[in-house]
Amino acid sequence: MAGYNNIKITPPRWLLAELTYACPLQCPYCSNPLDYAKYQSELSTDDWKRVLTEARKMGAVQLGFSGGEPLTRQDLPELVRHARELGYYSNLITSGYGLTEDKIIELKQAGLDHIQVSIQASSQELNDHLAGTSSYFHKKEVAHLVKKHGYPMVLCVVIHRENIHQMPQILAMAEELEADYLELANTQYYGWAHANRDLLLPTQEQFKAAEQIAQAYKEKVAGKMKIYYVVPDFYEDRPKACMNGWGTTFLTIAPDGVALPCHSARDLPGLDCPDVKAFSIEQIWNESKAFNFFRGQDWMQEPCRSCDEKDKDFGGCRCQAYLLTGDMYGADPVCAKSPDHHVIEQAIASAEATAKMTVTEKPLIFRNSKNSRKFSTENS
Amino acid sequence: MAINPDQIIKFSPTHRLQWEEVQQKDVILYPEGMVELNQSSAEILKLCDGSRNLERIIADLEQKFETTGLKDDITGFLEVALKNGWIQQH
Ligand code: SF4
Ligand code: SF4
Repeated sequence: MAGYNNIKITPPRWLLAELTYACPLQCPYCSNPLDYAKYQSELSTDDWKRVLTEARKMGAVQLGFSGGEPLTRQDLPELVRHARELGYYSNLITSGYGLTEDKIIELKQAGLDHIQVSIQASSQELNDHLAGTSSYFHKKEVAHLVKKHGYPMVLCVVIHRENIHQMPQILAMAEELEADYLELANTQYYGWAHANRDLLLPTQEQFKAAEQIAQAYKEKVAGKMKIYYVVPDFYEDRPKACMNGWGTTFLTIAPDGVALPCHSARDLPGLDCPDVKAFSIEQIWNESKAFNFFRGQDWMQEPCRSCDEKDKDFGGCRCQAYLLTGDMYGADPVCAKSPDHHVIEQAIASAEATAKMTVTEKPLIFRNSKNSRKFSTENS
Repeated sequence: MAINPDQIIKFSPTHRLQWEEVQQKDVILYPEGMVELNQSSAEILKLCDGSRNLERIIADLEQKFETTGLKDDITGFLEVALKNGWIQQH
């Protein structure tokens, strides 16, 4: 990564505060690291407040409180109040678990701008199965309360092979709950989703059918509900423009205080992701090795280096390149020009073969501390 | 979507219009998103405070900038704003 000193550094716009890895749910597609159980320590309230202050000063304006389940942090209202005073637009990204009407009111008074509630499926049985927790009716209740108290409500449903057949019902449910936005997030295969990919990746036919239904619905609810459709990049021939470019827009802080250029970056070797307890946000953003590692284009290899699309997608996702090929400098294998593109085709074929089996030998691995500790010891 | 000329226009309660010092720009903030505004768009939206209809907004802006003939630009922008849910009429 020679020569990164002459790249113009833009200020961060988005701060994702992963307050905790604690979560009462067990979604098998969770994007937290497999070995999250290893990271037990959490930043103090004062550290979070300083992070918020310093990032705001640099230009961050959108703030996501996420996790894990951010509601497990008792100081959430205090952090929200601090964020409001600084002028952030704060988004609470929650499973809804443990959210009461009192809390919704308290957070509103503290200055929270928006609540995104995730729901796993349109039926109780499947929702509770995927969440690993009985939570369906409570989530629907929470969605009503969020609306009742004047928040814009985003309903988020992560889409995969277990629920993709429910697309029509999911859309109807979102409309019935009067969601202002529906985020249909096709699973991105990192973390737990990567471990469960054979069981989660839909077939191309399933994906196409679901997409058609969702697109048609978009028109039906135009002006009432906006539908965000996150495409599953495995069925694209160009990668996503990951993070809008490394170190250009997004700053993620993990529960233990490690600053990440993207939320999977802690798995990349040799980045030495900096700790907010040791450095200011300004030092981290401008000077740290991790945030400069893939800034600009000097790190690129062929085919990206001489590709005329590199300003559009920045070579795709570094974490996906590393996860699927072992080479974090290579083109994202989603790209049809990548010499490693066959790993995507193999993943699709392998998932399809699993889908056709009448009895699957491999059960879903749920995201919980017991399973996480297993992954931690396997990798150490 | 067309603007009803008689009805009051107000900024959406689920969006926020805010000056950003670092960017030296007004922005609209909404769930997980942001739109950067140029100066004239920001001036129009600041008048959508629930006390004016289209005609008043045009008159006030023409007076403020000591000019005439802003009607088409303002109406065009407000139609976009309505479609995006930044403003409301009801
Ligand atoms: S994806 Fe599911 S398990 Fe992971 S943090 Fe969110 S609610 Fe918890
Ligand atoms: S070769 Fe690299 S830069 Fe070109 S489209 Fe593929 S991933 Fe993007």
